Amino acid sequence: MAATTRQRSGWLTANIVTMLLVLIPVLWVVSLSFKNPATIAATGRATFWPTSWTWVNYRGIFSSSEFTRPLLNSIGIGLIATFISVALASLAAYAVARLAFPGKQVLIGMALLIAMFPLISLVTPMFGIERALGLFNTWPGLIIPYIAFGLPLGIYTLSAFFREIPWELEKAAKVDGATPFQAFVRVIAPLAAPGMVTTAILVFLFCWNEFLLAISLTSTTAARTAPAALAFFTGSSQFAVPTGSISAAAVVITIPIIIFVLFFQRRIVAGLTSGAVKG
Amino acid sequence: MTTSTEVVTSGEPAVTGASGRRRLSEGARAERRLGWLLCAPAVIAMLLVAGYPIFYAVYLSLQRYDLRFPQLAHFVGLSNYGAVLSSSYWWHALIVTLIITVVSVAIEFALGMLLALLMYRTIFGRGTVRTTILIPYGIVTVAAAFGWQYAWTPHIGYLVGSNAPLTKTGSAIAIIILAEIWKTTPFMALLLMAGLSLVPEDLLKAARVDGATAWQRFYRVTLPLMKPAILVALLFRTLDAFRIFDNIYVLTAGGNGTYSVSILGYDNLFTALNLGIGSAISILIFICVAIIAFIFIRIFGAAAPGTTGR
Repeated sequence: MAATTRQRSGWLTANIVTMLLVLIPVLWVVSLSFKNPATIAATGRATFWPTSWTWVNYRGIFSSSEFTRPLLNSIGIGLIATFISVALASLAAYAVARLAFPGKQVLIGMALLIAMFPLISLVTPMFGIERALGLFNTWPGLIIPYIAFGLPLGIYTLSAFFREIPWELEKAAKVDGATPFQAFVRVIAPLAAPGMVTTAILVFLFCWNEFLLAISLTSTTAARTAPAALAFFTGSSQFAVPTGSISAAAVVITIPIIIFVLFFQRRIVAGLTSGAVKG
Repeated sequence: MTTSTEVVTSGEPAVTGASGRRRLSEGARAERRLGWLLCAPAVIAMLLVAGYPIFYAVYLSLQRYDLRFPQLAHFVGLSNYGAVLSSSYWWHALIVTLIITVVSVAIEFALGMLLALLMYRTIFGRGTVRTTILIPYGIVTVAAAFGWQYAWTPHIGYLVGSNAPLTKTGSAIAIIILAEIWKTTPFMALLLMAGLSLVPEDLLKAARVDGATAWQRFYRVTLPLMKPAILVALLFRTLDAFRIFDNIYVLTAGGNGTYSVSILGYDNLFTALNLGIGSAISILIFICVAIIAFIFIRIFGAAAPGTTGR
């Protein structure tokens, strides 16, 4: 069916409108981050783009540990939590996808329960427990809950991927005398790598984005992550409006993720939808 | 029916193994042990982080426990629940949360469906649209929320003159909903698009030949076939919206009556320093989430993802 000109222009308009709606709020933050903090507040209605462009907000946030330390925390905590979470999830997902054992439904139900868990319900008890154990305001104090909340996402996504793997190869390995564990490590793990990368991306995005636990279980920049630090920004001086600094910091924590997401977009779409639709 | 089919397929290796040294029952037993062994670390991590604290929260909620006077903590039975349930703050927070949840999920569903159809059917630029809509999904919620906050701040934002919509309850809630919709519609759209791909093209062609209009084809053929995907997307987003915290914290900090149940729980811990009341609120939120999930799974028959392999 050849599309008519009217159809073509209809789709084109819809595409453009969608893209504008998505991009304008992002461009606005970018624009704010380049505005001069002294003149950021206009007398009347502010303009969308800066009247004069400046790097001063970026220089400001990178010259103070108020932002650089939380950025480092975010990267470190995110990477460690993702690695451990995906490792544990892949073991469980293999069992879910491949093995028959009593209690499988309990595990799936439990993961589902945790995926739906209201984080606020944990904040109060975790606050008490972490203070008692000395985990409050430390990296492990955030890494441990992030591992646990990454697990349901990991188990669902990975078990969906694992079901698609050609398991005859595993059978062949077993016939050749490999134990189930060897079959997993030598044959299946390499085949499962793409699914594991996808899962790692989704879990990392969760850790990078998480805010409630990050502000509740930290008190200083020792463990505070970047999104939490943003909310506590006071600006470079006591009297300066932190709008420019916050916008610059927002851009810094957003741009790498956007590049990352665009680069891995196929994987992310596959990962997000595999668990939910294929079940 | 996952369980039964999996028993059959995963039973096969055990049978082949039986041709060697092992008997079937031994193979099955080894498989069972391996299954438990592989799941153990994940189960322990989840129990440790979510299981134990929730019981601890139940225990705390039965105590009078003020962080400023920890030595005065004592058992008070259900009186914290009584205090919360008879407080107008709780009911206000619950109503605000329900309004935000219902309105944002309803609009997200409509927009998400349009977006899903656009991504699935558009003639050109399909890749570009798919790529672009992933941006709100990937962006840090707090970063986007600051953008919205400044956009509506007088003299800073491009959307307002000198009036401040974020200081009025109604318009502030509307902006919170807008921020929520912008951020999460792409997620909804992606799940719905995956559902669209489950609808066979032949069926739509047949309906067209039979004279069905575009709307009839969508309403009578596409929608019913997409039902499982729709219910999963709605369930996920409803529970997610009910937990709303980040957007409100940044946009209004819960001021002017815009606080949700999560904001209320947070304030009770960190402003009022009241562990007992805070825990009672936590448990009540947990019960609300359980009720929502129950309604979805029982009444709408949403298959919990991962539990059925259809």
